[in-house]
Amino acid sequence: MLLKRLTEANGVSGNEKEVRDIIISEIKDYCTSLRVDRLGNIIAYKGGKPNSKKIMVTAHMDEVGLMVRDIDSSGLIKFLPVGGIDKRILVSKTVLIGKDRIPGVIGAKPIHLQKRNEWSNALDIKELYIDIGAKSKEDAEKYVSIGDYIAFDSQYVEFGDRLVKAKALDNRVGCAILIDLIKKVEDVSFYAVFTVMEELGLVGAGPAAYAVDPDISIILEGTLCYDMPKVDSHQIPTYIGKGPAISLVDRTTVYNRKLRERVVAVAEKENIPYQFRKTSMGGNDSGKIHIAREGSLTTTISVPCRNIHSAVSVASLEDYENTYKLVEAVLTDLNEEGYDELQ
Amino acid sequence: MSNLEFLRSLSNHKGISGYEDSLNELIISHFEKYADEITTDKLGNIIALKKGCSPDKDPDKDRVKILIAAHMDEIGLMVKDIEENGFLRFTNVGGIDPRTILGQEVIVHGKKELFGVIGAKPPHLQEPEEQKKAIKMEDMAIDIGLPYEKVKELVSIGDPITIKRQLIELKNDRYAGKALDDRAGVVSIYECIKELKNLSHEADVYFVATVQEEVSMAGALTATYKINPDIGIAVDVGFGTTPELDKADTLELGKGPGITLGGNIHPGLRKKLVETAKEYNIPHQMEITVGPTGTDARAMQITREGVPSLVLSIPLRYMHTSVEVVDMDDIRNTGKLLAFFIKEISKDILEGLLCY
Repeated sequence: MLLKRLTEANGVSGNEKEVRDIIISEIKDYCTSLRVDRLGNIIAYKGGKPNSKKIMVTAHMDEVGLMVRDIDSSGLIKFLPVGGIDKRILVSKTVLIGKDRIPGVIGAKPIHLQKRNEWSNALDIKELYIDIGAKSKEDAEKYVSIGDYIAFDSQYVEFGDRLVKAKALDNRVGCAILIDLIKKVEDVSFYAVFTVMEELGLVGAGPAAYAVDPDISIILEGTLCYDMPKVDSHQIPTYIGKGPAISLVDRTTVYNRKLRERVVAVAEKENIPYQFRKTSMGGNDSGKIHIAREGSLTTTISVPCRNIHSAVSVASLEDYENTYKLVEAVLTDLNEEGYDELQ
Repeated sequence: MSNLEFLRSLSNHKGISGYEDSLNELIISHFEKYADEITTDKLGNIIALKKGCSPDKDPDKDRVKILIAAHMDEIGLMVKDIEENGFLRFTNVGGIDPRTILGQEVIVHGKKELFGVIGAKPPHLQEPEEQKKAIKMEDMAIDIGLPYEKVKELVSIGDPITIKRQLIELKNDRYAGKALDDRAGVVSIYECIKELKNLSHEADVYFVATVQEEVSMAGALTATYKINPDIGIAVDVGFGTTPELDKADTLELGKGPGITLGGNIHPGLRKKLVETAKEYNIPHQMEITVGPTGTDARAMQITREGVPSLVLSIPLRYMHTSVEVVDMDDIRNTGKLLAFFIKEISKDILEGLLCY
């Protein structure tokens, strides 16, 4: 299954090769043109009915992770976060280091030897390290080098009522949907762009948007979901199971209102469930895309992901399918008529 | 089965304190090949007896009784409440640092095995100060991905929960997993009973996989009462050396079992144990606990009229996390040392060893 392959591939920001290779192998027979730019973005074009306006659909390929920073004399590995990670989710977990996927564990001090209430304070990332079973620095250096990328060790698991647990659902859900669009949408012309290093500050998106110079962009994402019990509904950014989340505003973009209303109208017309993304926190590639060159219209449509940026992200397959349906319908709608009305 | 495959099965298996019975088949099937009798007692301890043989081959003669215990229970969680959206609230069984369970995959042992995750708040929604504080267990919830009605059908308050973890191979014959405290000990006593097949020994040896060590040592108390041994030996795990710990408090991985010194330990027996290790060239380290140890030996020592006891500790890093690390050499050497020690014990020398 595509989402399983994509989430189990490791593509920590700056090291997207495994993911890029899968995507290229999936789409190469379905697009009109395909190239990898100098940053590692994939820029593909799918030719359909002629369209006076350029539509671009994007998804970032990278995921948050860690990087080897140092190896101590006993062979334990110190690391840095790559992208936004809550250090508290790292304790007592397994990771895979480098190309050879060397397994390691992030341990913690035994509770027996802790001072009273030591466990009420979070462990700092500098206090954590990875144990690969090495007996010395020299021994560890046989397997691991400074600068190696480290990914969460997490398998794709389907559970509950059509939910999925995996790492990197942000944003392999977007990648998988975009791959499917390239394969299945026949009569719409659009650019499909898979970007690098979104998690490090939207690095790949700007140059890619500059190159494509789109009129309208749809950014596909896996987004925040925190639908904990007993939380006021206005504090819940998205819910699992309530359909694709349409962005209003985030830290990087105030989304074009007319385009957003158009997306909503399509969802209503096609009877696809949707929700608004009710937080202004977080951001995505739209931040760079809507201001590239002379600027363009953007909308972000996302699959809600619980425990985002952790090894145990959770998404709903139903939301995923509905996101695909909505984006496909929006593409068709935009291609047919009325782009000028959006201006 | 090899020690490694036994360790893998044990580690991957479920069995929190008080709910160890699902381990019975696995453990009994390993020990029955080498034991003369296997029984389970009222609390669920598994007791495998390997009979000794006195030099004059008289089966009716009183023999020394040695009890060797390794606890089979593991720390875990338990369902406390079901929220309206189907999330589960939980409490801990045994000593758990709440920081080690955030973002963890779990199995809820309800009417069927249910996969779940202990969720975390997205960093994007956090205040910078928030990340300095650990999240309390009561603020965490388990997501099993089902609506309330379905959850009510499958899950009951009191259902045990274990961390989902498969044993991982690290470098240098070291392995990481959950519940290696003290299933590594169970494998060590398995190594010992296998080794005894090749050695003649006078003592009757009772190998006990004990229950509930992590909460009350109830299993060790009742098993010791029942067996009434001359010598009680607890095989447990000791704190492995890591940078944040004082070197003096820890055991180095790969350098053999820790032999405990202190009030819980009979000095004469301990002296014999160290001599045995030296004689057979088995690597070992010393470990100090001045008073009662955090092992089954604490219970053995004060059972009935008192039992002379010993503790052997397998070095283990990151105790009570789901990524505990052990070295297979240490497990093997612990088993060997036990076997050679048993071989040395006879009715004739016991009195001398126990004499103050």
